[in-house]
Amino acid sequence: MSKGDVEIIKTMYRKMVFIRKFEEKLVELSQIRGRLPGMQILAIGQEAVAVGVVQAMEPKDILVSNHRSHGHLLAKGADPSTLLAEILGKGTGVNKGKSGTLHLAVPEIGALMTSTVVGAGPPLAVGAAFAQQYRNEPFITVVFFGDGAAAEGSVHEAMNLAALWKLPVLFVCENNCWAGAQGLAQHCSLTRIADRAQAYGFPGQVVDGNDVLEVYAQAQELIASCRKGNGPALMEAKTYRMRGHGEYDRQHYVDKKELEEWAGRSPIQKLEGKLLADGMMEKREMANIELEMERQIEVALKFADESPYPLPTEALDHVWA
Amino acid sequence: MSIRSFGQAINQGLDLAMSLDDRIFLAGEGVGVSIHLDPHMPTHGLLEKFGPKRVKDTPVSEAAIAGLAVGASCLGLLPVVEIMFFPFFTLASDMIINHAAKLRYLSGGKSSFPLTVRIKSGSGFSAGCQHSHNLEAWVAHIPGLKVVYPSTPADAKGLLLSALFDPNPVIVIEDMGLYGKEDEVPEGDFRVPLGQARLVQPGSDCTLVSYGSAIYTAQEAAKLLSTEGISAEVLDLRCLVPLDRARLLESVRKTGRLVVIHEANKFGGFGAEIAALVAEEAFEHLKSPIRRVAAPDIPVPFSPPQEKFYRPSPEKVLDAVHSIMEGR
Repeated sequence: MSKGDVEIIKTMYRKMVFIRKFEEKLVELSQIRGRLPGMQILAIGQEAVAVGVVQAMEPKDILVSNHRSHGHLLAKGADPSTLLAEILGKGTGVNKGKSGTLHLAVPEIGALMTSTVVGAGPPLAVGAAFAQQYRNEPFITVVFFGDGAAAEGSVHEAMNLAALWKLPVLFVCENNCWAGAQGLAQHCSLTRIADRAQAYGFPGQVVDGNDVLEVYAQAQELIASCRKGNGPALMEAKTYRMRGHGEYDRQHYVDKKELEEWAGRSPIQKLEGKLLADGMMEKREMANIELEMERQIEVALKFADESPYPLPTEALDHVWA
Repeated sequence: MSIRSFGQAINQGLDLAMSLDDRIFLAGEGVGVSIHLDPHMPTHGLLEKFGPKRVKDTPVSEAAIAGLAVGASCLGLLPVVEIMFFPFFTLASDMIINHAAKLRYLSGGKSSFPLTVRIKSGSGFSAGCQHSHNLEAWVAHIPGLKVVYPSTPADAKGLLLSALFDPNPVIVIEDMGLYGKEDEVPEGDFRVPLGQARLVQPGSDCTLVSYGSAIYTAQEAAKLLSTEGISAEVLDLRCLVPLDRARLLESVRKTGRLVVIHEANKFGGFGAEIAALVAEEAFEHLKSPIRRVAAPDIPVPFSPPQEKFYRPSPEKVLDAVHSIMEGR
């Protein structure tokens, strides 16, 4: 393994820890009544998918996200201070308080669009990928969606069109085993969503979504193929939704044993094991990284807390260009 | 200036815009190779001229067609997509209503979606209610969408050109019954600003407000009324959003009477918005109740006499005007 490879792995480790700490802070805050507006929809346990895929992207590649977006955006380089301000509905938020936690868009870093309409991401991504192809750009579009979204007709329409026009789009299905309170077996006719790619005539790969190195390696390969003009690809990352659909969800329908099993497969612990075993990092460095990330999140939260709310009448702005 | 059909005027607008700006592309079902070999169809001949890179025939996938427009416009292209019949817009509506209209707002003004959706509309072809259904009040109800509804060939070209270069999503509703209708169309880059009503004819006793092909119904009614000594002013809204409130109110303040005419269903139709606006802003100028000549609240019927019964007619406009002109 080259020195560069080690650096990339360490970067991915730091990003995963940061995303986990960021969302754990949201868990903590959401338990204080009235502290956060709206609902918190978190991807704790799914960090390796966001980090591994985004690590394989170029900075100018486009990302389209969904309601469970914090990890995707932070991995792509979103500023945690303005993200937290947005989550709190503040005027300094990355979207001036218009989005809140759910529809975050950070176009300046290529996080072009986020939709909370389940299954809407793929057609939007097809449009972005069309623009890239139309202008002969060397860039590609990645869209994250869930196993629940895979049941939407819009996903079929998007995949068919992307295949037909050989658009440079990587469809990433984060299969976290849950669509609301319905487990995969209750909402999906197959166990491998990636197999659908075959029907459209493009590659479909299943990866262990809790193994960031595997996600990264597969994403690199599939993105390289998209970039070469071979058309779209589908990656299904098998992972698990460790929290409820949102923080108000007590997961009464989840088998506790299953949850414990997946807790034992934490993507962060998995990478820590590898880093220690291969002598890439020591425990003390890991502890220092954790502390550093916690400090950064406190700074971001302080900024968000001290920021003013937008004026009520500023609700009238930004409808028209 | 030359004589062109409504469809040819749209075609001329698309042709010119595509020549001016290579960010513009067309996509839709049969916009390149159509099942109709009719030179009055708006996209006729454009595939041959601009090639398959810019004139994209799509699968029968309205959600993907609309998503294509939203995603591509967010990266700076100027997509022009076609929905074959207005009822099929329901399949594209998530992308247009939840995304094209809202993502700019949600982004806090960072993103924009300069796309155009051309929707073929109208009844009178015995096509049935899944091909004919005027949903303009639906789209006009959505903040973030502009809605254009031309009635003349000149406006079809001029409003379309403004729509194509507008930085917002614009819905352009094309009355299919007008495609063959001919009139004078200015040459070149002729643009009609969005949000300006057109005074079709001045009058002093009553204002007839309409848009799209129903304008011709209003005009015919006005002609018949003039033989009775009733002077009707006819106003073509041209755009539902933005709405030319000033022109509308000015006309009603002058005549003191208002009849709104449209092909869409009456209940919750766009005429209700016009009536409400006038009642709020010009009530003291009204000499009589407002009347709406609109379709009964039923789906568009198939059988020819029933479809005729559904559509607005000069006789229905006359009845409405007579009912508010008594004892003047």
